[in-house]
Amino acid sequence: MQVGLISLLDGLVYGMLLFMLASGLTLILSMMGVLNFAHASIYMLGAYFAYQIAQWAGFWPALVIAPVLCGAIGAAIEVWGLRRVHHNGHIAELLFTFGLVFIIGRGVQMTWGMLPMAYRVPASLDFPLFTLYGENFPAYRGFMLLVSAGMLLATWLLLKKTRIGLIIQASLTHPGMVSALGHDVPLVFTTVFAGGSFLAGLAGVIAGNYLTTESAMADAMGPIVFVVVIFGGLGSLAGCFIASILMGMVQTFSVVIDYSIADVIKPLGVTFAANDLFGEILTIPVSRIGPLVPYALLILILVFRPRGLMGTRET
Amino acid sequence: MSDAVEVRAAPARIATARTVHYWPWLAALLISVVLPWLFYDWQHARHAGFVVSVLSQTGMMIIFALSFNMLMGQAGLLSFCHSVLFGLAGYSTAHFLNAAGNGDLPVPMELMPLLAGLTGLGFGAVFGYVATKQRSTAFAMITLGIVQLVTTAATMFHHFFGGEGGVSTDRMIGRSLFGLNYAHSIEVYYLIVAWMLIAAIGMYYHTSTPLGRMANACRDNHERAQFVGYDPRMVRFVQFALSGFYAGIAGGLFAITYEIVTFDAVAAPLAANALLMAYIGGATTFFGPVLGAILITLMQSGVSLMSNSWLVYVGVLFIAMVTFAPAGLTGIVLEHAPIARAGLLRRLTRPYARVLTPGAVVLIGFIGIVELLSFLTIGMAQGKRFALFGRTIDIYSATPWLFSLVCLFGGGFWLSRESRRFKRVWDSLTEIARHGGTR
Repeated sequence: MQVGLISLLDGLVYGMLLFMLASGLTLILSMMGVLNFAHASIYMLGAYFAYQIAQWAGFWPALVIAPVLCGAIGAAIEVWGLRRVHHNGHIAELLFTFGLVFIIGRGVQMTWGMLPMAYRVPASLDFPLFTLYGENFPAYRGFMLLVSAGMLLATWLLLKKTRIGLIIQASLTHPGMVSALGHDVPLVFTTVFAGGSFLAGLAGVIAGNYLTTESAMADAMGPIVFVVVIFGGLGSLAGCFIASILMGMVQTFSVVIDYSIADVIKPLGVTFAANDLFGEILTIPVSRIGPLVPYALLILILVFRPRGLMGTRET
Repeated sequence: MSDAVEVRAAPARIATARTVHYWPWLAALLISVVLPWLFYDWQHARHAGFVVSVLSQTGMMIIFALSFNMLMGQAGLLSFCHSVLFGLAGYSTAHFLNAAGNGDLPVPMELMPLLAGLTGLGFGAVFGYVATKQRSTAFAMITLGIVQLVTTAATMFHHFFGGEGGVSTDRMIGRSLFGLNYAHSIEVYYLIVAWMLIAAIGMYYHTSTPLGRMANACRDNHERAQFVGYDPRMVRFVQFALSGFYAGIAGGLFAITYEIVTFDAVAAPLAANALLMAYIGGATTFFGPVLGAILITLMQSGVSLMSNSWLVYVGVLFIAMVTFAPAGLTGIVLEHAPIARAGLLRRLTRPYARVLTPGAVVLIGFIGIVELLSFLTIGMAQGKRFALFGRTIDIYSATPWLFSLVCLFGGGFWLSRESRRFKRVWDSLTEIARHGGTR
């Protein structure tokens, strides 16, 4: 039970973090059809920028400036990069962002070096928020939860309650009609791309000191975010949210479960030894195959329900 | 106007596919047989090990890139799990070799790649069944899931994948059709050459089979292909499985050459490599990936030794290709064809010289900045020094930085002016060539 509650909170923190990344990606993907490979790279840039700004001016300015910088970079990528290759189709746009991954990944290493950065939790948030069954819940995790929930609320209000959100939603499904009504659809695209990059940058800022700020953090986060986006389904922020929380829970809970398939069917009187591949698959504990679970879920959902959890259309 | 040109060009292309040309294959055979001997060390009577290993790597990457292009160029399927087919066949071959070494598997060395290919075909059928349910972006995403799944599994399950250390093997299984024992890497190289040619010829003739044509049709307009009565899903599936066969051959050759297969062989960077090769070489032509494979392998084994930041160069090259030349290097060459036919190619020499000079300046500036930056951080951590023509360059003095920046921005400005001029010349020449052709 103790393990359960703390894991639940950790899973929630991780899930909300995933959602901040995935919401931008899903908006970009469902609106522009661009599978943005560089999204996780921008998340990494956010963390590095935050580290650098925190060195100069402290954490709180970094919390604001770094995401804005990331948003500006996103806008620049859209205006000077993606628009140029747009007429070559979606695959060309995908490949463009794919090339960016190399450049950003290596560029970060060139600027800040290969070693992990000493980007730490600010002292003002470095205390235990409350104690649960003798285990501390750090205030910073609560802060992360607060920031991501606030962002979630703000994004939701922006999309559902404002005129800009209305136009964005309309451009999601009927870009031609929106354009015919006199709205600047390319500008909407740029805004969405910048907004998505802003969210990714913000996620980087608050996750950089919770996890580690290093040049491998984009590769570690990228695939999971893709899983979340596809699992949740295109064009659905609600599905994306559920998928994020689910993946967060899966990732944190699978670490603490020590059972294997063989343990489950042992009461039936069947036992296995791990002396061949088949036996190994059956006897390996869940805690060890944890990283595998999201991808297995992804393939399952794509086979049985290609539109994802709550997707409005086929991918 | 452009439609007329397309229609004229199409029968010509089919005609070249129909008439059988032997000389490119013979030339390829001749070049690949002779090439290692150009670097032969006559004094010590032995082959240059580095050259032979680079050539071997190039050979298997050519197969791999061509098989990747069966999906990307021919069927319009962007697969990120091509390395999975390559790597799983590689792992299987390592196990086959171990079995053959123990005497359990009576297969001669020369046929091992075939066995690997069949393994690749099997895995291609399994993963293809899942992935080809979708097309376009969704297909790419499923393959992304597959590659992550298999890579994570490769570090977890020890019986098949050998964990982090991989599966090692010994290629001297003592069974050969020609009495070779494959102790020397040059023997392995010739095995690779033989299988490379077999695979390349197979894939080349596959492009003119009905299946290959249908793959093109489904790439260009899958709805119409459906109306004609074909099942695009089936076409994708068979194409995927077949490309798995050839990727499997490459993977088998990998296992034979290196005698060890680790999870790098299934991981995403290798699939990304295939993509880079096919795209930079030119995915729209059959031989484009060959060019790309040669180029990227040479860069990988050459530039990566000299520079820490070669991935930046690859990334920039890739983005430049995606933006300015989506048909790849062979595409650039082929665009000259109408001008060459009209006999106007010589008029391009001066414009080319004028545009390539600032291009070179920009390149020098860019490389300068990248190298200076990377030496400031990564190079310093590795204790290297920045040397050019034997002279050490002080990375903390302002001169190299200023020089590079001036080259980059001044050259960039110059280049943008010259490229506008070049475009005018180019457009007028293509216009003349077009009119000359239709008249």
